[in-house]
Amino acid sequence: MGAMSVSMEEFLKRRKSRNKAILAVLVGLCVLFYAITIARLSH
Amino acid sequence: MTDVASAEFAAGTAPLSAAGVGDYWALLKPRVMSLVVFTGFAGLWVAPGHINPVIAAVAILCIAIGAGASGAINMWYDRDIDAVMNRTLGRPIPAGRMQPNEALSFGVILACGSVILMGLAVNVAAGALLAGTIGFYVFVYTMWLKRRTPQNIVIGGAAGAFPPMVGWAAVTGDIGWPSVALFALIFFWTPPHFWALALFRSGDYQKAGVPMLPVVAGPRETKKQMFVYTIVLWPIAVAPYFMGIAGAAYLAVAAVLSLCFTGFSIAVWFDRTDKWPKRMFAFSILYLTLLFALLILDRAPGGLLG
Repeated sequence: MGAMSVSMEEFLKRRKSRNKAILAVLVGLCVLFYAITIARLSH
Repeated sequence: MTDVASAEFAAGTAPLSAAGVGDYWALLKPRVMSLVVFTGFAGLWVAPGHINPVIAAVAILCIAIGAGASGAINMWYDRDIDAVMNRTLGRPIPAGRMQPNEALSFGVILACGSVILMGLAVNVAAGALLAGTIGFYVFVYTMWLKRRTPQNIVIGGAAGAFPPMVGWAAVTGDIGWPSVALFALIFFWTPPHFWALALFRSGDYQKAGVPMLPVVAGPRETKKQMFVYTIVLWPIAVAPYFMGIAGAAYLAVAAVLSLCFTGFSIAVWFDRTDKWPKRMFAFSILYLTLLFALLILDRAPGGLLG
């Protein structure tokens, strides 16, 4: 179960993809909270 | 390559994550999550009352995230046995693509986030039920029962049975008897479903020291209990009709499917190979999927089932 060794290039590629996913999640949360607010206000 | 993380990587001084987005996705056990979302949606769909579509979508999202969080924490805790079973050794932690603490942090953050969001955006009852479901799966099933008793998946099956109740509570704010019937349907379906898998994967479980029924009591006793559970399922499968949340079409199909499920268990009983356990495992998934699909269709606008 030791850490898998990856090349520097692969490490950077995976980190970039993780960062993009985090950005997508943050944007998604902004949209979600906006939608929830509107839905609760209109209730 | 001037940032600290890259410098540490080059120097090999920090345990940096080699996990990709796909590994985080795998931690959520997407196949299990899809069934949980489906049954949770069915509970929400058949519940009496009205819910804003956005809030309903949030409820389903929270159920999905909560289920995924449970899966992630389960993979963190079970990383030792996952590393010795063929079915699980490719998971991110045993494969070495992810540090155990990353998986734990990921799971805990998602679990807390989903419960808080459910409680604040939907209602407290649904949030509390979701918290209970995650807690049951993590503490009662994963940490307490799984490695201690052959009844692990019987009691632990409750964790997988809660989602329709969560969906129901999202609409009504409480726990109604029909939602308990949906809970019972999944609860009593779980043992024959998992034991069918365990019958043809018993070598894996034995190697990992997990006391699944076929390992501890043998195939004969397992097959007998599978048969008994399929019989117990008969009245439970048709209960939604008598409770007024499903129509006659559901009743007819549920009766036929339950009969087939018992037929599969009889075939498994007399089979000395892995052929029928594999078939029964596949049918068990179809069985539950069809029953919940029927429940949803029965309540579809315009009444698709008449």
